[in-house]
Amino acid sequence: MSDPAGQSANGGATTAHVRYVLALADDALIASQRMGEWIASAPELEEDVALANIGLDLLGQARSLLAHAGRLEGAGRGEDDLAYFRDERDFLNVQLVERENGDFAVTMARLLLLSTYLHELWSALRTSSDETLAAIAAKAVKEVDYHVDHARMWVLRLGDGTEESHARMQAGLEAEWPYSEELFDDSHVDPALVEAGAAIDPATLRDAWQRRVAAVVSEATLALPDVRPAVTGGRRGVHTEQMGYLLAEMQYLARSHPGASW
Amino acid sequence: MNTPRSRDWPLWEVFVRSRRGLSHVHVGSLHAPDAEMALRNARDLYTRRQEGVSLWVVPAAAITASSPDEKDSFFEPAADKIYRHPTFYEVPEGVEHL
Repeated sequence: MSDPAGQSANGGATTAHVRYVLALADDALIASQRMGEWIASAPELEEDVALANIGLDLLGQARSLLAHAGRLEGAGRGEDDLAYFRDERDFLNVQLVERENGDFAVTMARLLLLSTYLHELWSALRTSSDETLAAIAAKAVKEVDYHVDHARMWVLRLGDGTEESHARMQAGLEAEWPYSEELFDDSHVDPALVEAGAAIDPATLRDAWQRRVAAVVSEATLALPDVRPAVTGGRRGVHTEQMGYLLAEMQYLARSHPGASW
Repeated sequence: MNTPRSRDWPLWEVFVRSRRGLSHVHVGSLHAPDAEMALRNARDLYTRRQEGVSLWVVPAAAITASSPDEKDSFFEPAADKIYRHPTFYEVPEGVEHL
């Protein structure tokens, strides 16, 4: 990781600690923004509401995490400052969450990969020595459990459905799979934070994740993709072309009308 | 999204129990491809503001309903039989929960 784990201005939180929480926050925030794009475009009205609910769960997690990162940083930045007034290179989310939605099967493949990882992550972080993080984890784990369930329901039905739905579900998995590798990239996690029990080394979540995803994929009569991991760099602030468009839409209002409220 | 078959999703009636001890009450309906998905859609549509602790979904096709045409023969005859209401005897003192 390029950023040294130096002490920040306020009581003892290291830069590495702030960046760790920011990375968690950005995953949730950007995933939420993408989920929101489905509202009024999902296959059925019922699914509009389901995806909106999932997006709102993620947004709630993002808000708590951004506020926590702001307090740790101690520079007076709140959740809105961090969400709306950082530029692309300052966002630390994995590229998986910023990718365009694609068709419904692509979104369900991504939701399965992401939320299974998030479920393992939040389960582990419930015992974090960072008490705020532990509290956020305790709430998030129940929400994410439902997201896994929703993705699983659809992957099973599309995978084990018609010839076309099977083909499109498999294509969705193939498209998203290369970007799942980055979830387990531990290069941005300071070993001292893991040592102190505040952070989880994401690489340790991999086996459980792989087992759970493989079980769903096989039950859905699909095949685990055999594709090379994508070259990514989200944790270092390196993003895909699509990220700029996403941020433009997400940040436009707050930047055009600073302090706007309703 | 191209969903040629979405119109074929059957209709489900949703019943929510708002808390323990109360009965499930009909709250509305939704479309879903099968019972498992119907239950999840019901959770998302009808309990997102903490409306319930238990959910039932029932295929709308499985409900046999009385017809508006039969309203007179079904319900009219009860109108003038007030003796069916339990108001013609005295409740002894001290009896609660009647």
